[in-house]
Amino acid sequence: MTTQTETTEFSYHPRWEQFKSKLGGWSLTTYGILAFAFLYLPIIILVIFSFNESRSVSKWTGFSLHWYSEMFQDDRIMLSVWNSLFLAVVSTAIATVLGTLAALGLERYQFRGKTAIDSMFYLPVIIPDIAMAIMLLLFFNMSGIGFTPWKVQFFGVKLAVPYSVIIGHVAFNTSFVAIVVRARLAQMDRTLEEAAQDLYADTWRTFQRITLPMLMPGIIGGALLAFTLSLDDFVITFFTSGAGFNTLPVRVFGMIKKGVTPKINAVSTLMLAVSLSLVIISILLRTRSGDDETVQMGF
Amino acid sequence: MERLRRNPELQAWLLLAAPVIFLLIFFMAPLLIVFIYSFLERGKYGGVEWVFTLENIRRVFDPLYFRTFLRSFNIAIITTLITLILGYPLAYFIANSPPHRRSALLFALMIPFWTNFLIRTYAWLTLLRTHTGLINVSLMNWGIIEKPLPLFGNDFAIILGLVYGWLPVMVLPIYAALERLDKSLLEAARDLYASNFHAFRRVTWPLSIPGVVAGSMLVFIPSLGAFVTPAILGGGKSLMIGNIISNQFLGAHDWPFGSALSMVMMIAMLIATVIYFRWTVKSEALA
Repeated sequence: MTTQTETTEFSYHPRWEQFKSKLGGWSLTTYGILAFAFLYLPIIILVIFSFNESRSVSKWTGFSLHWYSEMFQDDRIMLSVWNSLFLAVVSTAIATVLGTLAALGLERYQFRGKTAIDSMFYLPVIIPDIAMAIMLLLFFNMSGIGFTPWKVQFFGVKLAVPYSVIIGHVAFNTSFVAIVVRARLAQMDRTLEEAAQDLYADTWRTFQRITLPMLMPGIIGGALLAFTLSLDDFVITFFTSGAGFNTLPVRVFGMIKKGVTPKINAVSTLMLAVSLSLVIISILLRTRSGDDETVQMGF
Repeated sequence: MERLRRNPELQAWLLLAAPVIFLLIFFMAPLLIVFIYSFLERGKYGGVEWVFTLENIRRVFDPLYFRTFLRSFNIAIITTLITLILGYPLAYFIANSPPHRRSALLFALMIPFWTNFLIRTYAWLTLLRTHTGLINVSLMNWGIIEKPLPLFGNDFAIILGLVYGWLPVMVLPIYAALERLDKSLLEAARDLYASNFHAFRRVTWPLSIPGVVAGSMLVFIPSLGAFVTPAILGGGKSLMIGNIISNQFLGAHDWPFGSALSMVMMIAMLIATVIYFRWTVKSEALA
């Protein structure tokens, strides 16, 4: 049946048209390959030169792991790694709870003033990070709360993470989590919930037994997005941390300003490996839950 | 408890209370502070004097700063156009690949996007630098050029860095629009002897416009507010509005002026967004 329609479809195409569409297909594929090369080549070159023997990041002189051992021996880099991880864990945990609550409230209910609340949750996503950074900087300066560090032991490492940075990360992450969880909620089949209610389950039990488990892939997706965004953030951390606190991106920025060495490439490769594993985790979760790709990516 | 069960509005507010209060304190209040600071006089050591003035707003339009504003606008528009021109065919390519390959390609598109922005910018720094960048070093070694090309420390480098950084963000929404597109419409167009070009122009393009709009906004806004890219690839000479803003807080200690600059920047973004939406809605209606 299908072959039938295909032959009829092509039979009224003149030869020239057929050739043209084939040519179009080839050039599209060639373009696709070139575009991906453009996206990947700079990153690949960056990784290659992290293994360079000399100080140069543009002249290959030989293979060496020298810059990696330098990186692992640099206490300030290692401390900034722990700072980044702690910040990501804490801000993700808070933002996931807040974002999920917001998603439930906004997706499932109608009430006065909803449009205003709705827009408030979209604002932190679209506002440029430099604007958000200076907003928070002024706020913490004026209110007098925030710059004091939270002294904490994290996997045996002593950290001092300013509350201002944690709050800043939660502020942008909450919105992202809310968007991802809302997308999942909007797609969710509600018949099971209705069935539970028909069987006299109260609101809380329905939520606990049906809604929450079905929502889990969305919540995990939102949390992963938040975790990645928190690890990646440079601008907001840079402006809200006050002096002396470094996350890995802030440390890298400082290093770049001082001069380019393969050590920065080594740190970059480490960060690349982390983001890559996070992407793989989210892909695995997605294929398990059979979700729409675009939803999980935060759009 | 009974009242709570009967009253969905109360339920909604119970759910929303914590996140809304959080955002009111840590997002809306800071936004309000920036707005208020824009109209205050600068203090001696950073900080502000609580005296009303329009001087900061006037200074934003001083040619010295306004030129940077216009240049940033220019850079953001050019960046958006180039990412659209590069991104649309890429989205089309992914959407028209066989389904099993499609998710692999999307995955491949997302990896650079999830890679730290700072690092991707740094990667271009090592490629573009005038005397020690890989491109100039290689071209000179191969004897293709004698003097290094001006690849770094200018608008070219910034635009390249921004296009590279935001290309995946342009591709995703266009891909989503193309993927949702009802293929039977294209078949209908073909049945009516529409050429490929005509079918694209009359069917595919108009239906993908929502994706184009979303992608353009997602690229334009962060490009206009760019801070990292010009700081690294601008070589200290080529600056954008984001750098001028940050200088007011890191170096000049002129907080009210920095606030005024970011207020005007956000308002400009809002206006640009509204105009763009109006314009695309109109062209969608015409198509």
